[in-house]
Amino acid sequence: MLQFVLRRLLLTIPVLIGVIFVVFSISRLLPGDPCKVALGERATEEMCADFRTRYGLDESIVTQFGIFVGDLLHGDLGTSITYGRPISDMLIERMPVTIELTMLSLTIATVLGITLGVASASRRNSGVDVGTMMFANFGVSIPVFVLGLILSFIFAVVLKGTPLALPPSGRLSAGLIVIPLAEAWGVPDLEGPLRVVLDFVSNMYVVSSLISGQWVVFGDAVVHLILPAIALATIPLALIARMTRSSLLEVLGQDYIRTARAKGVLERRVVLSHGLRNAILPVVTVIGLTLGALLSGAVLTETIFGLAGIGKTITDSILGRDYPVIQALTLVTAILYLVVNLIVDVSYAFLDPRIRLE
Amino acid sequence: MTTPEPVQVGLEGLGEQQVASVAVADPVSLASRPGNLWRDTAKSILRQRSAQVGLVLLSVLILTAIFAPVIATHDPLEPVAFDEGLDASAGEYGPCIHLFGCPEDRPEHFFGVDRNGRDVFSRVVYGSRVSLYVGVLTVGGAIVIGSIIGALAAFLGGGVDNVLMRIMDVFLVFPALVLAIALVTMLGPGLLNAQLAIGIVAIPVYSRVMRASVLSVRERDYITASRALGESRRGILFRRIFPNALTPLIVAGTLGIAGAILDVAALSFLGLGAQPPLAEWGSMIALDRNQIFNAPWLILAPGIALTISVLGFNLFGDGLRDALDPRLNR
Repeated sequence: MLQFVLRRLLLTIPVLIGVIFVVFSISRLLPGDPCKVALGERATEEMCADFRTRYGLDESIVTQFGIFVGDLLHGDLGTSITYGRPISDMLIERMPVTIELTMLSLTIATVLGITLGVASASRRNSGVDVGTMMFANFGVSIPVFVLGLILSFIFAVVLKGTPLALPPSGRLSAGLIVIPLAEAWGVPDLEGPLRVVLDFVSNMYVVSSLISGQWVVFGDAVVHLILPAIALATIPLALIARMTRSSLLEVLGQDYIRTARAKGVLERRVVLSHGLRNAILPVVTVIGLTLGALLSGAVLTETIFGLAGIGKTITDSILGRDYPVIQALTLVTAILYLVVNLIVDVSYAFLDPRIRLE
Repeated sequence: MTTPEPVQVGLEGLGEQQVASVAVADPVSLASRPGNLWRDTAKSILRQRSAQVGLVLLSVLILTAIFAPVIATHDPLEPVAFDEGLDASAGEYGPCIHLFGCPEDRPEHFFGVDRNGRDVFSRVVYGSRVSLYVGVLTVGGAIVIGSIIGALAAFLGGGVDNVLMRIMDVFLVFPALVLAIALVTMLGPGLLNAQLAIGIVAIPVYSRVMRASVLSVRERDYITASRALGESRRGILFRRIFPNALTPLIVAGTLGIAGAILDVAALSFLGLGAQPPLAEWGSMIALDRNQIFNAPWLILAPGIALTISVLGFNLFGDGLRDALDPRLNR
């Protein structure tokens, strides 16, 4: 098992180097003067010369790549032009939102998707099945930004005043704040990496308000996440439901299922223990792969619902032509995706012993 | 909707004269008659319910795109509301259909008027041209380049295969929209650059599909037979392997068009794709997104048009896959 994990880790390294190289090349090899992109079209020749020296752009391309990788290894992702702050600081502030949003969406998509998939496979061609598949087709076809806008119209305007009304933007209602964990736990002067971790967790409002017992804030933070999470969950939910259905249908057609039924095993047990257990592997693959869709979708969802996460930071940076931010966040999302797929691969080995032995 | 009997569907797909001759033949001999590859394929595609629905939606989309000047009631780029004396504050920018009780003296606008005073219905109609063109062209380009890379990797094998596929792996690690955003910001905003970015991001998908299908076709007995018959390498490549490796590529391409339409619309929504005043669905939604609370039709009209087009390609692609994938043969 350990050997399998190590081999997978080693295989990831060349891909990681490739990813860094691609991000590097986008900024250096594509047409377009990085100076003009960073400082605007009206930048003078002098300003550009200064800019090139400052960022090492007058060095050879190999040296530049070396500097880029060296900075990365030191955790230096560059500086935002708009905010004049280190991008790594912005990440600590904003990544937690994206993590909360994508995790909640992934949970909704997985639980509902597998449930719907099982329901439609075990009652093939029934109303449930046809309905689920229509929903799945619709779900993969509606643009995230359209769905987001429609949801906010329905829940913030049409249902306004009813108990079902939900806030269409922001992370907390006006007047509410989350007390950072460092202060809540009486260690406001804490420094170093532990402080970074505490601040990172504090910025996950749902998690931090839960563990520090700020119940009002917790409820409010959850309510604010529901609409964006539903909008973001739709595509993965549809994909997971479809994959669960087709994988389970294939398994249910096999001989040992017929044997189980012939032995008089309860249908419920046949489907869940004998069927789903063996049908789950392709579903896990899809769950891993949908993380790419989730991160892409987060860009649009966060923009629509005004959540200041990685996605909204990317779209804000488009307007401000804050190129270093876009570059750094592209790299970060790719690495996130890489890590998750590594985890998915390793989890296969747990779920299916055959893979370990290959 | 009921599923028609397979034989009836087949008959619908044939011309008048053929129907006459086929109608007397019994269904069994009809099904087993050899040498009608294209007709059999078309028949099995049309037997798929999702393909039927998809085809209907796509026909609507394509016909709308072709006859846009006939269908549209106004010029999509011309602000008309001011000339017609419409008052936005009096709610006169909303949809007005005379048939549904809108006063006769008010000018008719099926989906209302946008913030710039342009007729939304006409803009949605013309938008079909942009989406269709964007989807087909983007995916077409990605398929050509992707399949060349995939075919090269499969044929040359060894080191070349390894290097090419590892490069493709690297591109697959990026969330598609994020990489596209990074590319377009550097290339500069615009519909063409957005298409380029989405196309580049899609290349690895098609190269993998092509590589896999060439590798599997290459091992078939009929390829060995051609080789034994002395057919040239090029002949085997272009006349035997290519046509047979195309099927999965067509399926992936059809589904890919749906994705490309969505992604380009998303880029336009973010201001990186189609630029004003072009009537493009994504940028229409972006322009009026703040109106969602008081004029939802401005979002719904292009939003539903987008969803229907994407749904059409998705359903048709699903139907194609079910009909063409030999593993699913019933």
